[in-house]
This record gives sequence, C-alpha cells and structure tokens, in this order.
Amino acid sequence: MAESTTRTPTARPWTPSGTAPGRLAWPVAVVAGVALAVLVLPVAALVVRAPWADLPELLARESVLQALVLSFSTATVATAACLVLGVPLAALLARAANWPTLPRRVLRAAVTVPLVLPPVVGGIALLLLLGRRGPIGRVLEEWFGVTVPFTTGAVVLAQVFVALPFLVFAVEGALRSADRRTELAAATLGASRWQVFRFVTLPLVAPGIAAGAVLSFTRALGEFGATITFAGSLPGVTRTLPIASYLAMQSDPDEAIALALLLLAVSVIVLLGLRDRWLPGVRA
Amino acid sequence: MPHADTGVVSIVRSRGRARVAVALAIGVAATLTGCAADGGAGASTSPTPHADAAPATVTVFAAASLTEAFDTLAERFQAEHPNVDVVLNYGGSGTLAQQIVEGAPVDVFASAAEPPMQSVADAGLADAPVVFATNTLELVVPAGNPAGVTGLDDLADADLRIALCDASVPCGAASEKLLAQAGVTAAPDTLESDVRAVLTKVSLGEVDAALVYRTDVQAAVDAVEGIEVPGAASVVNRYPIAALTDAADAAAAADFVAFITGDAGRTVLADAGFGVP
Amino acid sequence: MTDAARPPHPASARRASADAASAHPALHADVVVARGEARIAAAFDVAPGHPLAVIGPNGAGKSSVLAAIAGLVPLEAGRVRIGARSIDGLPPERRRIGVVFQDYVLFPHLTVRDNVAFAARMRGGRAPARTTADPWLERYGLTSLAGRYPAELSGGQAQRVALARALAADPEVLLLDEPMSALDVEVRAEMRAELATHVREFGGATVLVTHSPADAAALADSVLVLEAGEVTQRGTLDELRAAPATPYVERMLAASAD
Repeated sequence: MAESTTRTPTARPWTPSGTAPGRLAWPVAVVAGVALAVLVLPVAALVVRAPWADLPELLARESVLQALVLSFSTATVATAACLVLGVPLAALLARAANWPTLPRRVLRAAVTVPLVLPPVVGGIALLLLLGRRGPIGRVLEEWFGVTVPFTTGAVVLAQVFVALPFLVFAVEGALRSADRRTELAAATLGASRWQVFRFVTLPLVAPGIAAGAVLSFTRALGEFGATITFAGSLPGVTRTLPIASYLAMQSDPDEAIALALLLLAVSVIVLLGLRDRWLPGVRA
Repeated sequence: MPHADTGVVSIVRSRGRARVAVALAIGVAATLTGCAADGGAGASTSPTPHADAAPATVTVFAAASLTEAFDTLAERFQAEHPNVDVVLNYGGSGTLAQQIVEGAPVDVFASAAEPPMQSVADAGLADAPVVFATNTLELVVPAGNPAGVTGLDDLADADLRIALCDASVPCGAASEKLLAQAGVTAAPDTLESDVRAVLTKVSLGEVDAALVYRTDVQAAVDAVEGIEVPGAASVVNRYPIAALTDAADAAAAADFVAFITGDAGRTVLADAGFGVP
Repeated sequence: MTDAARPPHPASARRASADAASAHPALHADVVVARGEARIAAAFDVAPGHPLAVIGPNGAGKSSVLAAIAGLVPLEAGRVRIGARSIDGLPPERRRIGVVFQDYVLFPHLTVRDNVAFAARMRGGRAPARTTADPWLERYGLTSLAGRYPAELSGGQAQRVALARALAADPEVLLLDEPMSALDVEVRAEMRAELATHVREFGGATVLVTHSPADAAALADSVLVLEAGEVTQRGTLDELRAAPATPYVERMLAASAD
C-alpha cells in the first residue's frame, strides 16, 4: 500500500503500475496451494458444518446477541484506543531506526512481546498488574475505589494489549517506506513540526493506519485468552463472542458453531469492506 | 471388562479411511492428513499386543479436577507397566468429550460428570463407563479469608467479588444445583469455563469467594481456604471413566482403566479428597 | 503579514513595501557539512537576479550544500545569511528558502492546487490558501490540472507544480536541485527555457545544482565547480572555458561542446 504514496510524482513509463504477470515455478505453486488449504479448509469446514437450518433461532438467542453487542463495542473502543496510542508509538519506533542498537532493540522487543506472548499469559500479566493485589490495581482500589478485572473496561484493556502491536507495526511500516523528503519539502514551505506531522506524515501513512486499524479491530474481536484470564466471563459484561463460543462448545456445539460463524462473518465483512477503500490507485 | 470388538474397530478404521479419501478428493493437505491417519490405522491393524510385551501409548483425556490425582496414578501405572507410556491431557469435560466425538485419538476418557461421557457413549465411542470417583463442592476463599466470607449466603453479596463455574460445565451445573437448594441467588462477577480457572482467581486473591470441588481446595491448600457448606454432600458429581472403543491399544487402555478403578486408584483418589464408590 | 497582503500575482512579486531597498536580498553561504567520513566545504555569495549553478561530478556534495543552506542537514561549521539576516540557527520552516527537489517530491496525497497552496495553508486556513494558489496555477498553466494528483502528471507538469509550490511560499532565496534530471530528453530543452523564464521572474538569489553545462548556461549567470567536497573553480562558463582549473572542468566542457 505504501508504495503508492512514495511513487515518484513523474509518470514514468517503466514504473510498475501493478503486479507483473508472471508464472510461478510449479513447486512454489503446489506449496502455495497447500498453504492456502491450511488457511481455508478449517474455515470452510466451519461453514459446511454450520447448523444452517437452526441458525436464525441460534443467532436470535439473547446470549448470542449480548455477546455480539459486547464484542463489537469493546473491539471498537479498543481500536480507537489503539489508534490514539499506536500512531505516536509507531512514529517513535520509526524514528528509533537512528538510535543506538540496545535501546532500539529493547523498544522493538517491548512492542513485539504481546504479539508472540500467548494471550493467556498476557491476561495473567494484566491481572498481576491491575488485579487487586497488583501494584497499580491496589492503588486504584484503595484510592479511587476502582477495580479493573471482571469489568467491561478490562475486556477493552486486554484487547488493546494484544491488538496494539498490529497497529504499531502497520503504521511503522508505512512510516518507514514513506518518502521522508516530503516532510523536508513541507518544512521548507513553512510547516512546523506539528504541521508536517498533521498535514504530510499522517495523510501519507493513512493507508497504513487504516490497515492497522482493521487488523487491530479483527484481532480485538477475536481476543480470547487474555480476556477470559483478566476480565473473566460474565454474560453482558465480559463474555465476548469468542468466550461465548468456547463455553457453548461445552454444552451446545451448535450454538458454538453459530457464534463462531458470526465472528467469522463480522471479521470477513470488516476486512473486505475496509481494505478496498484504501487500496492504492482507488483515488486516481 | 469387555474390550472393543473387531467389528467396531473396523468401522472406526473405515471411518478414518473415508476421511483420508475425502481429504484426497479435495486434493489438499493430503500429505498431512494421510500421515496422521496412516499412523493411527497402522497401530490398530497390528496384532493386539500385550501391554507388557510391546511398547504402547495410552492417551488419557481427563477432567481438569483430576490433574493431581491422575499425575500421580499415571506415574505409578508406568512404574508397573514399563512398556506403556501414559499421555495425559486435562481440560473441561465438555470440551474433551467434544474433541473425542470429533475424532481425537484418545484411548481413555475420564469425565467429571456423566453427561459428557454420555455424549461420547452416544457416538458409540465409549465402552461401558464406570463411576470411579465422586466429588462435592466447597466454598473457597483466598488464604486468610480477607472478605470474611462465612457461608453460601455471602455469594449473593453484590459487593463481594464472586467467581463460579459456568453452568455449561459440570462444576457449574453442580454449583447451580447447590445454590438453588440453599435458596441463594448468587451475584457472580465471572462464570469461568473450568473449575481450575475459578481456583486460580481465588488463589490470586482476585475474587473473594467461589465454589469449587473439595479436591481443588486440597490441591491449592497453600493459597486458599475451604469452607464446608451444609447441603454440599447432597450435590454429588459422579466421575465416569471408560476405555474408548477405537483405542489404539485396547488391552493397555483397559489395563489403565482397571488400575484407576482398582485399589491403587481408590487410594490415591481418596487421598486427594475424592469419594470412591 | 506582508506575505498575505502581497499581491498574489507572481509577476508583481517584487517587494512593493518600503522596507526593502532592492527587490530581494543576496545569499551569503559559507557551509561545512559532514557526509559520512567526508567533509564538504563551500563558500559563495549569490546576488539577487544572478543565479549561480553549482556543478560537479556525482558524489561531489552538491546537493548537501543546498540541503545545508535550506537547513535540512546540520552545519558542521560556517554560517548562512540572507541579506543581513543570519539564518543558520533557524529551522527550515523559518528560513524563507524555497526548494525545488530532485524529482520534485510533490505531496502525493494532495492535488496540484493543494500542493501549490500548501505554504499559504500552513500560514492560515484553507480558503486564503486557495486564493493564493489560483493565480500561480494560472501563471504556470496548471489551472486545468488543478484537481489532479501528482501521480497523474508528466515530468514537465510536475516540475511546474514544484516551482509554483516553492515560489508561492514567497521565499527570499530559491534552491533548485537537479531540476532537469527527472525529465525526458525530448522535453528538456523546452522546459529549460521555461524554467529560465520563471527563475528570471522570481528575481531573488537562486542556486541551482546540476551536472549539465547546458543547464548552467541556460539558467545561471555564473558557475561554481564542486569536486570531492571542495570548490575548485568559480566564474562564468566563458571564464571556465578560457582557463579550466581541473581536468574535470576541461572534460565536462568538452563533452558539452558536442
């Protein structure tokens, strides 16, 4: 996506304007096919095995609607929080390319850890920090009477914890591939640092931000481990779609599949719907 | 105890082959599926070995509440049967049952309640389950009982942080029954997916009180305190165990079940706080 | 705010206000820039209306000199003045130096009009920016392209936009970094003549970086030769021809004579 923003303004005839048609070597094509199957077949099975006839009744259940509303609203708030927090962090990370090795690596690792950490571990970490015996949780409870775990806010926090790196890396990638000279050009035209960021950098990385927001939203929507560990599972308060689906699997597999299908549908709709608007060349 | 007859085994095997065929027909990931299925089929077609003669693996799916007891028992079983390797997988009974019905390669299933075992039996996969242990609920609080919880009535206090098992899992169903029997409307802050998740939240001090099995209180005795509640004895969870009809090594699986239901099993389970029939 | 009050038409861009004795101040540059291990040093004055071409082989440090004057790279030593105003301590946005970058570096997310209006918009608001930009668009024959994005422009069109964008900011000094290098050969001569006209109209101190004597001849009054970070010769092209100071100058002039 970012190439479109950095393309030199002159329309040179040799500038690639799309993916060059080429033929893959057959082993590559075969393995790619297998890889695609690994990704698609489980989802296809979900669709095939879905109890289609009972679906309207299953999806109309109070518990399902409650989980859907909760998931959608928490993921939306979490995505907004990721945007507010993540774009500046991405800017810092992109700028850190000039830092000495050690602090640069530490910063990068700090952002990467939630990506590679099992979400349940993230949930435990959040609980140890913000739980009533945690260093911050204790202060919050004693001074303000605020408790975080087992609240809807905890769901959002867990989602932000796992989704933020997706946004940061997407935006950082866009920042790094954006032509820094446009920022210099803006400065020579009288733009202050803030104006450069607001009027040049931010719009230039908008596709990256949009992609990051979509990834964050879908990741937040699918968040399970950190949520159930840190926020618990109470219908209407903390029981999101994935948790509801997991619990339903214990007693009512059909409802579990219906919930999973719902989650899948929402994710696919969001991915398909938002991506295209930001694809390169749409504005041209 | 009767073992899986060959008829059932062959049905199961053809089911496995059919799945491979489907995968091939779809034409994808054939290698992966094929390998796994071949391994399973190869094991079951080999002449039934005696457990002590040839190396065998017994895969056991067991309810989370059995963790400590089964860890101990598996060790002792392996000491007695050096050629048998016991692989244990713990989880919520409902989830485990679902995985078995979906074709997980399991030899023995030990459930924390009868309904999950029933769903496995309904699928024709469990062979004559027997109840080998019982469990009852206990009120549990963090060590020191910081909130001063005294009885079931406290679970209705909205100001306290309460964790219960979700009604879809055995400990949740039992909790519901116990609370109904005591006429208490609980005000839970979270309904967890398995009893160990509830216990963890109590040991971390994140909740003030919860209902778990007596055996769980014993398993976490350093971090939690149990409070016996009147009427708990009348809400009994019965734990059935069965060797599965498509066990890779039926004899070894039966040996393990016999070991659990025998004297060794009864002793260890009783020590862990289970009731033994 | 003399900038906003100034008549927008570029042809009347001479300072009408009473403060300026001449139309534009001169540029006095004495810069030392580090580039990796190497140091680039150049000192020169440029009078308004008498463009200077900095010429030299690739890697001589020509662009670094321009960047240092514009404040885009830090100075190791030296100073930069515009008239009596010392600017080497100022950030780029306060130097009032217009830059036309190599391959133009237009804002890809903005239309031609918004590119040209950019400086005015930074000073205040969208609407005044439009009124500032439109005369420039007309002047540079860009009115019909006002709604296009940079990716949809030819090289020549992009150059016009870049120049209009820089001059619409009302700079005191204009810097051009290889302005012809991104153009196709067929249009170069035409665009060179057009650019020369615009630079003359600007009338302020202008520095142009190029490696082409033809560009220097068309656009500049005098030439500064920069080789390996050092000034090796300064003079008009005729003076250089009469007495080339280095083998590079000799070769360069010989090659361009063809």
